[in-house]
Amino acid sequence: MRRISLALFIALLLPALAAGASKDTKLSLVAYSTPKEAYGQLITAFQKTQAGKSVTFSQSYAASGEQSRAVAAGLDADIVAFSLEPDITSLVQKKIVPKNWNKDKYKGMVTRSVVVFVVRDGNPKKLKTWNDLLKPGVQVVTPNPFTSGGARWNVMAAYGGALRSGKTPKQAVDYLGKLWKHVVAQPTSAREGLQTFLAGRGDVFLAYENEALFAQQKGQQVQFVIPKATILIENPIAVPSTSKHQAEAKAFVKFLRTTPAQKIFAQNGYRPVVSAAARGFNFPTRPQLFTIKYVGGWPQVEKKFFDPRTGIMTRFQGSNGG
Amino acid sequence: MIGKYAIRVFSLSYLAVLLVAPVGYVFWKTFEHGVGPAWDAVTTPDALHALKVTLILTAIAVPANTIFGVLCALAIVRHRYPGAGIVNAVVDLPLALSPVVVGLALLLLYGRGGWLGGHGIVFALPGMVLATIFVSLPFVVREVVPVLREIGTEQEQAAATLGASALQTFLRVTWPAIRYATAYGVVLTTARALGEFGAVSVVSGRLAGETESLTLYVQDRYQSFDTTGAYAAAVVLALLAMATLLLMTRLKPKEGTQ
Amino acid sequence: MAADAGTLSAAPKSRRALAPGLSIGLSTLYLSLIVLLPLAALSWRAHGWDAVSTSQGVAALRLTLGLSLVVALVNAVAGTAIAWSLVRDRFVGQGLVNALVDLPFALPTIVAGLTLLALYGPKSPVGINAAFTRWGLLLALLFVTLPFVVRTVQPVLFELDREMEDAAASLGAGRFTTFLRIILPSILPAILSGVALAFARAVGEFGAVVLISGNLPFKTEVVSVYVFGRLESGDPGGAAAASVVILLISFGVLLGIGGLRRWVTKHDR
Repeated sequence: MRRISLALFIALLLPALAAGASKDTKLSLVAYSTPKEAYGQLITAFQKTQAGKSVTFSQSYAASGEQSRAVAAGLDADIVAFSLEPDITSLVQKKIVPKNWNKDKYKGMVTRSVVVFVVRDGNPKKLKTWNDLLKPGVQVVTPNPFTSGGARWNVMAAYGGALRSGKTPKQAVDYLGKLWKHVVAQPTSAREGLQTFLAGRGDVFLAYENEALFAQQKGQQVQFVIPKATILIENPIAVPSTSKHQAEAKAFVKFLRTTPAQKIFAQNGYRPVVSAAARGFNFPTRPQLFTIKYVGGWPQVEKKFFDPRTGIMTRFQGSNGG
Repeated sequence: MIGKYAIRVFSLSYLAVLLVAPVGYVFWKTFEHGVGPAWDAVTTPDALHALKVTLILTAIAVPANTIFGVLCALAIVRHRYPGAGIVNAVVDLPLALSPVVVGLALLLLYGRGGWLGGHGIVFALPGMVLATIFVSLPFVVREVVPVLREIGTEQEQAAATLGASALQTFLRVTWPAIRYATAYGVVLTTARALGEFGAVSVVSGRLAGETESLTLYVQDRYQSFDTTGAYAAAVVLALLAMATLLLMTRLKPKEGTQ
Repeated sequence: MAADAGTLSAAPKSRRALAPGLSIGLSTLYLSLIVLLPLAALSWRAHGWDAVSTSQGVAALRLTLGLSLVVALVNAVAGTAIAWSLVRDRFVGQGLVNALVDLPFALPTIVAGLTLLALYGPKSPVGINAAFTRWGLLLALLFVTLPFVVRTVQPVLFELDREMEDAAASLGAGRFTTFLRIILPSILPAILSGVALAFARAVGEFGAVVLISGNLPFKTEVVSVYVFGRLESGDPGGAAAASVVILLISFGVLLGIGGLRRWVTKHDR
């Protein structure tokens, strides 16, 4: 027992000693799970620049909501990079992230993507538009929008897609209700969703382009279609006011928006926020692309659609069985 | 005679579907592309560090829960105090909480703003230890309690009458009788501590290379579409659990002595 | 009893009195620190008791509790049979099988989920597709609770005094009667111990069931997923409230199992 506690003591002490001995700044990056490989490459690239020469990183990757809650519960973070804005907004409310985090020319965003349909080989059911998903017998897989914040992009893409096709808001809500009756599985996260689809469930899986591209890069048999009307996913990044290394952290965030860094994001499947970096990559523009603002902005959307008691989706979840 | 074969057929079929097939699948997926890729996957610096973290967590949680388990079982069964029945039920409660909620509760208690917050417990090893202890708490108790009830108190009373102190009675009379059950409790506790994911994930902060246990590493490999890596790391955990069982069965009393 | 021991015993009474105090005190302290304190923090944060009373929440609760009771019962029978096969029987590969019994525990839940989905889902190599139905849920729960009854019954079965069985046999009792009258009462407390564990685990299971169940509200959504949904949707108070309700119900069931055990042993001793 004593040997174990001594070993434990040393194991816990060593990193502290090491950190104290070096002159490097250590930045803590807390991000959602998908961009892990991208950030690995970005950190290496950053450390080759003047600003990043004496900066080391500790990295944490987990589901966006989980990370947001962790930072709220005291996880040290010098940079927070989440998959959707509300996960940062909740930290603003807790006075961890400053209110002006998104008052720059990128509105606080660092990468983009779009919602896509992952389909079976050859798209046998010819699913190209949101209306196609209502064809009889079409089985839809989408992550549960209540257990996966990211899945809300899917719902708003569907809603916005209906609006774009000329429906009134009320009709668009009806569309959502009908779509929801086609959902045959609601995995708790996006990755599990892809797993479920690849295991044979459903005709279409509502996913994000960057995840589909990443899966393809990793040798997964993934084919996808981008509907004409789809939502622009925007991933935010911020430097918490609780960070003790404001200058270095902000330098890193600034680096992430340089063209070379954005190219690295693009190589990993993300649409860059810097248009110059998109050259040479295949990111088709969609004629009826829209943002979350088009469907009301996050605060309104969260209340109207996803409130656990009164939300529209709560109602649809409830009516799916019973 | 038919009875024995019927039981055997039933057990083996049940185990084939629910145990052998899944475990076989895990091993197959691990070595699908040969031993090389699997070995490489579990010997990366991150994997080895994760293994170290898991071993530390297990090395603390298992002895703690074992000592608690034996003491608690003795308390519940031998010393019928008011509330023993409640304690008996409370001991199982940690299992009824889903791992996410365990993590939530620990964050609420030890995180920023919590009653015991701000002491570097969460997002560090101590928090992970507490989570591991929490989820693997009941097993030694549950193993030892039935055996204690089964063996009865006659021998212990006899020892007391002959002048043995409580400690001597325990060591000479009680312990040999509950040794085997405790061993199984240790095996279950170890297996649980090795395999815990959800609660540890929430309280660890997932700091790569620092607070990642092997189960978190499995998740990480899975996220990167490295199925071989994920299954290989799972196999390491499985082998550790099996090794624990082998170690513990050496405590098995020889047939015929009782 | 204590008085008798006191007059004949050479050990001072104070030393004997230490034992109960120590074990009760230490174990209660440990339990309070490790279990009760976090649960208290959870209850403190719980608010919005309507979190459990939505029809979706109630459906999830009923599904979970119902399935957990079924799982407990199946384990009572199967676990005992397996323990019997591992202790009283001899067959090829017995040692290996015994070594595998704990693995449903040691394997991370994501691996368990992936494995079960691959084996018993749409692309099942053995033609069993139970995924996205309640059968799939049941399968996953049976998988993760497999070790419990087996491991609680094994040591008791092993320690069982064969004399009574031999006596019964020599008196002409059939194997089944021997089992019912002699063996079962001795192992029933152990079975119930394992059943309690299996029930509790089934109620709290999350990782192993999420992939294979599809989490369809009212159909295959278990309460742990519903609670997670509450948490992720920015309602930690509701999540905590739902969890406390689950805990109280589980506590009631566990107390019931404890009472059942007392009733059973009272009749046979």
